[in-house]
Amino acid sequence: MTNVQLISFSLNGQPVEMEIPGHTLLIDLIRDRIGLKGTKRSCDMEVCGACTMLLDGDPISSCTTLAVDVDGKEITTIEGVTPPNGLSRIQKAFVLHGGLQCGFCTPGFIMAVTALLKTNPHPTDAEIRHYLHGNLCRCTGYTKIFEAVKSLAAEQVSEDAASPAARRRNFRLETS
Amino acid sequence: MLPTPFEFDRASTVAAAVSAVGQEGEGMFYSGGTELLLAMKMRVIHTERLVDIKGIPGLDRIVLNDANELEIGSRCTHVKIAGDSVIREHVPALASLCANVANVRVRSVGTIGGNLCFGEPHADPPTMLGALDARLVLQGPNGTRSVHADDFIRSELETVREADELMIVIVFPRPTGPVTYRRFKHGERPSVNVGMAWSMEAGAHSIKSARVRVGALGSKPQPLKAVEGVLKGLPVHDAHRAIQSVLAAALDELDVNEDRHGSADYKRHLAGVLLLRNAEEAVAMQGRAT
Ligand SMILES: Cc1cc2nc3c(=O)[nH]c(=O)nc-3n(C[C@H](O)[C@H](O)[C@H](O)COP(=O)(O)OP(=O)(O)OC[C@H]3O[C@@H](n4cnc5c(N)ncnc54)[C@H](O)[C@@H]3O)c2cc1C
Ligand code: FES
Ligand code: FES
Repeated sequence: MTNVQLISFSLNGQPVEMEIPGHTLLIDLIRDRIGLKGTKRSCDMEVCGACTMLLDGDPISSCTTLAVDVDGKEITTIEGVTPPNGLSRIQKAFVLHGGLQCGFCTPGFIMAVTALLKTNPHPTDAEIRHYLHGNLCRCTGYTKIFEAVKSLAAEQVSEDAASPAARRRNFRLETS
Repeated sequence: MLPTPFEFDRASTVAAAVSAVGQEGEGMFYSGGTELLLAMKMRVIHTERLVDIKGIPGLDRIVLNDANELEIGSRCTHVKIAGDSVIREHVPALASLCANVANVRVRSVGTIGGNLCFGEPHADPPTMLGALDARLVLQGPNGTRSVHADDFIRSELETVREADELMIVIVFPRPTGPVTYRRFKHGERPSVNVGMAWSMEAGAHSIKSARVRVGALGSKPQPLKAVEGVLKGLPVHDAHRAIQSVLAAALDELDVNEDRHGSADYKRHLAGVLLLRNAEEAVAMQGRAT
């Protein structure tokens, strides 16, 4: 079966080119072939969000994405949003507010929050809950995670040049 | 779990995708993969060839056409529909439906075409598209055909689409009255949902016709004919009471699967509650319009 595919993509800003069997899952490529183990697999069915990566900035379940789908695209994993020394502002907020216990869900949450704050730097409470509804945590009871994200939503970050008009244009979700 | 090996093809035109799936051996279209890969990982679907349709240009357009119909390309993701300005202006209930499907990861890659073609009974769009009187355009080796949304799903996980017919676009008349949608769920997917669309008489005080669909209860969305009948020609403000007068009998006619989401009686009751809330919302919307 002519099943080997050549893919090239950017992984956390670094170009990668490799040959893979067409049925390889993205999570296995990143964890097992490339060796970045920060991303976790839990439910393996797109429900829990532990395996969240960003594909061109959008959150995806890497447990149920084919590696061939990233050809020509940018993939960001938890390693890519963690500074070489110390923690990012999102990670610090999780620590400060006690938004993690065992930590298994945390990489997925950090990736989801990264995507949320990129498109919507100051989400409302309802928007935070709605966006993170698909990330499961079995330890914290969510309140502390929510508080961590709320603290970030309230922050005025220096590079955040969002004007009031730009903010209004931001996607306001209707919750049904 | 890994899916069993398959060949992976990328198509850049509809014709190429159709012929690649139609070749000997079993091929399948691959869109967002959010349903298909799950099923392949669980080894309930096996295919020899996946034909990726993501590279076909033009399948993710949303437009209001010259015939005053909305067209939604089959490759539109839930995120795209939820945020699209045309949909938000003309069918906000559909934008909101898509904003609440699944979770943010499934919404960002999962498409409306994939949702319909999978034929999963616990789905939101089929119910709404039935109420909106949509037709689904399929292109196969012998040309294109349109299938009414009500006739598309045959039974659980089975549609009238042939394996080598690609869904191109979903088309429905621009709504001229209130469109409302509600769902109830305790897991990821809806356990019951109700979509309703009214068209209005000139002057907008009476309902010209109503379409009501209840989904997720049986294998496909079902019309509530008695409710549609009683609403026809009725002044808007009598709608709620009129629905109540026929509701019990109408709900009894529904085909309902009992499962872990609840008993038949319980689900019928929920459908009635959602329908009456839709009616309240529609009446309120019409109050604002007049
Ligand atoms: C965790 C989870 C929660 C979910 N919750 C909900 C929910 O609340 N409500 C809801 O409605 N849905 C829900 N879904 C379903 C979701 O909407 C679908 O998974 C998604 O829209 C499918 O689109 P896709 O592009 O990924 O399809 P794929 O998985 O790529 O394809 C699905 C099927 O359709 C075929 N196909 C795809 N596109 C076409 C086309 N254009 N023409 C012909 N055939 C085609 C494929 O061959 C395959 O058989 C959920 C799914 C998951 C995984
Ligand atoms: S492991 Fe991928 S969503 Fe749970
Ligand atoms: S901290 Fe343990 S699952 Fe979230």
